Amino acid sequence: MSKDIKIRKGLNIRLKGEAEKTLSNAPRSRTFAIRPSDFHLITPKMVLKEGAKLQAGDTIFYSKSNEAIKFVSPVSGTLTEIERGAKRVIKKLLIEGDQQDSYKDFGAIDPSSASPESIREFLLTAGCWPFIKQRPYDVIAKPDSEPKAIFISGYSTAPLAADLDFILQGKEKELQAALTALSKLTDGQVHVCIGNSDSPLSGMNDVTIHKVKGPHPAGNVGTQIAKIDPVNKGEIIWTVSSQDLVIIGELILSGKFNAERIIALAGSSVKSPKYYKTKIGSEVSTFVYDSGLDEENVRVISGDVLTGTAISPKGHLGFYSSTVSIIPEGDDYEFFGWNKPVFNKISPTRALTFSWMLPNKKFELNTNTNGEHRAFVVTGNYEEVFPLDIYPLQILKACMVEDLDQMEALGMYEVAPEDFSLTEFVCVSKQPHQQIIRKGLDLMYKEIG
Amino acid sequence: MGLKQKLHRQKEKYKGTKMAPAFNALHTFLYLPNDITHGGTHVKGADDLKRTMNIVIMALVPCLLFGMFNAGYQHYAAIDETLRAAPWQNFFTWDNLIMGLWTILPLVIVSYGVGLAIEFLFAVIKGHEVEEGYLVTGMLVPLIVPVDIPLWMLAVAVAFGVVIGKEVFGGTGMNILNPALTIRAFLFFAYPTWMTGDKVWIHGAVARDKAIAAGENIDAISGETILGFYAKSGQELTVQAANGAEIATTYGERADALYSLQDMFWGFIPGSVGETSKALIIFGALFLIFTKIGSWRIIFSTLVGAVAMGLIFNGVAELGWISESSKFYGLMTVPYWQHLIIGSILFGAVYMATDPVTASQTNKGKWIYGFLIGFISIMIRVFNPAYPEGVFLAILLMNVFAPTIDHYVLQGNIKRRAKRLKLKTA
Repeated sequence: MSKDIKIRKGLNIRLKGEAEKTLSNAPRSRTFAIRPSDFHLITPKMVLKEGAKLQAGDTIFYSKSNEAIKFVSPVSGTLTEIERGAKRVIKKLLIEGDQQDSYKDFGAIDPSSASPESIREFLLTAGCWPFIKQRPYDVIAKPDSEPKAIFISGYSTAPLAADLDFILQGKEKELQAALTALSKLTDGQVHVCIGNSDSPLSGMNDVTIHKVKGPHPAGNVGTQIAKIDPVNKGEIIWTVSSQDLVIIGELILSGKFNAERIIALAGSSVKSPKYYKTKIGSEVSTFVYDSGLDEENVRVISGDVLTGTAISPKGHLGFYSSTVSIIPEGDDYEFFGWNKPVFNKISPTRALTFSWMLPNKKFELNTNTNGEHRAFVVTGNYEEVFPLDIYPLQILKACMVEDLDQMEALGMYEVAPEDFSLTEFVCVSKQPHQQIIRKGLDLMYKEIG
Repeated sequence: MGLKQKLHRQKEKYKGTKMAPAFNALHTFLYLPNDITHGGTHVKGADDLKRTMNIVIMALVPCLLFGMFNAGYQHYAAIDETLRAAPWQNFFTWDNLIMGLWTILPLVIVSYGVGLAIEFLFAVIKGHEVEEGYLVTGMLVPLIVPVDIPLWMLAVAVAFGVVIGKEVFGGTGMNILNPALTIRAFLFFAYPTWMTGDKVWIHGAVARDKAIAAGENIDAISGETILGFYAKSGQELTVQAANGAEIATTYGERADALYSLQDMFWGFIPGSVGETSKALIIFGALFLIFTKIGSWRIIFSTLVGAVAMGLIFNGVAELGWISESSKFYGLMTVPYWQHLIIGSILFGAVYMATDPVTASQTNKGKWIYGFLIGFISIMIRVFNPAYPEGVFLAILLMNVFAPTIDHYVLQGNIKRRAKRLKLKTA
């Protein structure tokens, strides 16, 4: 029962520095890091102490609230440092990698004959569970929950994001193994959304393939859920990003947790943007210096420019990222920047902004906010880039005043912060939409659960 | 050291002090600030509130300039009626402009001076940045008052409107009523004799009236607006013809004799400062819609509402349900389309009803909100015995009801969601 989706509302943010479709091997990183902040609402309970020797796949910590959810080492090496912040919160775990990875053997399984319980158990012990996220709340899925469907987006529309067709090519076996395993975990369907028919995901079995068309956020899994099978109160949907399917698939086929990942290094500050084969948690400098930077004052983002996390140039690749974007910082003043005609920035309006006249231009945006934070004033502009059947302004306000009933009624179970990245981009009042939604979701999680 | 670095140092010096908002307000006028994104999206769209407000001001400038010429023109034409025979030749003259500058610039200065002073004061006291909302309000205010309004009245009204209409709710973005219309309403209810008479619409008319009362023999028409004439349509009136003979006529005929439809459209008529030229307002509306700053839904539905009410009144008059002697007859028989080019319905629809803060915030709600504004405007215009214009009252009324409209629009969305859940569980 495939369903093609076409959305009209949205905005393609065309940026300079798209990754060229050539693949290089990034030099092996000396250290690898895991940031518990990548796993929202997870409080880590350490299993190992500083100095412990690790194999790739060895459990480093588990979730304090659910011991079954384990987090494993992406490489083999030595756990050298547990960096703690205020109130002894663990900020970063640093692993010094060995020259060559040795893997812990979990033993391969046959996904088509394995029982759902054994697959669940297998993914949990081998540290692949954190790849499965759930809606509502956009957190790591509860292992004992029964999802009504599982959604996988095989199409990325976010600015400068890695082209999934490119990074998934040749991985059909792994993808199929992972999808077959996942299909056992739900009574409903596994929905896979692809952008064009030659996607490596297009020939998969045990799943429902949907074709998606339209501007960003057509590739966001939240948009696809809303159009295919929206979350109702009491229902749960799991989502897995397609590049993580490869890791899950390899685990199933070979019994090894291989954290290898192809990432796109992109952005206007990168000299030769392209794709690199690297590992989760690697130092980004290993490939950034290979490509070279055009300028000094840059922001390095693990993820895309709308939803990613800022990291230092010496920082490490995030757990879920398949893109590293590097753009210029915008900490400079602009003379009469608020009223002069603007040709070099993107705007959804025509208020002396001329990006509407330049439909093919690729822009070089920096991190300037282009104005100060204000109260909500303008209305109607979020709706133009927000394809969900939800009132964005009203749900944001409900979150701000912590009105749980209204949040629930307006569709809070259906959204994740990333769904509000475009409204945040166009917001005239420069309000932090994603943060507002995240806080709202956290509040609901705490109060309703 | 350039200006940029100097100002940056000053900014660092003021940081955290009470005066920081005041300094930043001036600084950000010159320079787009160096703020960068933290968390959330790392890049942002080009528009900010200053740019948005600036577009509205740009759309208002033609109306203001026209208002200045018109102030002079109406003044001289009141003394010498023959000027009206050829408005295009006699309108854009230096004399008119100088007279306009002389009378209207003080209004602009008082409006901005008092309003911005209060905004800065509140920003400094409450420690938030100076928000841009008043930039538009301050421009709207001089355009919606009679030209001869005493400056002290304007100052009092602006102070009231900004404090009670906006700041007590928390400033720009939080207010329930449109601040500019709150100011207008305050003037209307606090100084009714000034705001509703037939003397205030033309510069010098009050002074002349006093002189006539004192026994001087001045030959000039009163400063009645067209709506004022139509409201008294059937009543008799005597005017002096050029040769000195007295001609008996009615107010309605007098209006038709004085002002042609072209005059009404181009704006060579008495009225509030900025609302007379329908042509320029339409131009402003197109500009606002093109730039996507003004809501076309509200503008369009307001006009639809006004036409609907106008048609109803025309129908009532045509069917003979109202006698010709009724005091409402004059305004009811004004053709429905003509309602759009007399009075301030267009100005209200384009610049006032579209204020995003006080209008409905949902797209569906905007249709209802606009329609009702147009509908009620014309209703009040016809039925209000004291003052034959109702646009500002209708907008203020709908400002109050906008949250209610939104509430019901949201209920539609909420019900749809509940129904989906029910289907699933059933």
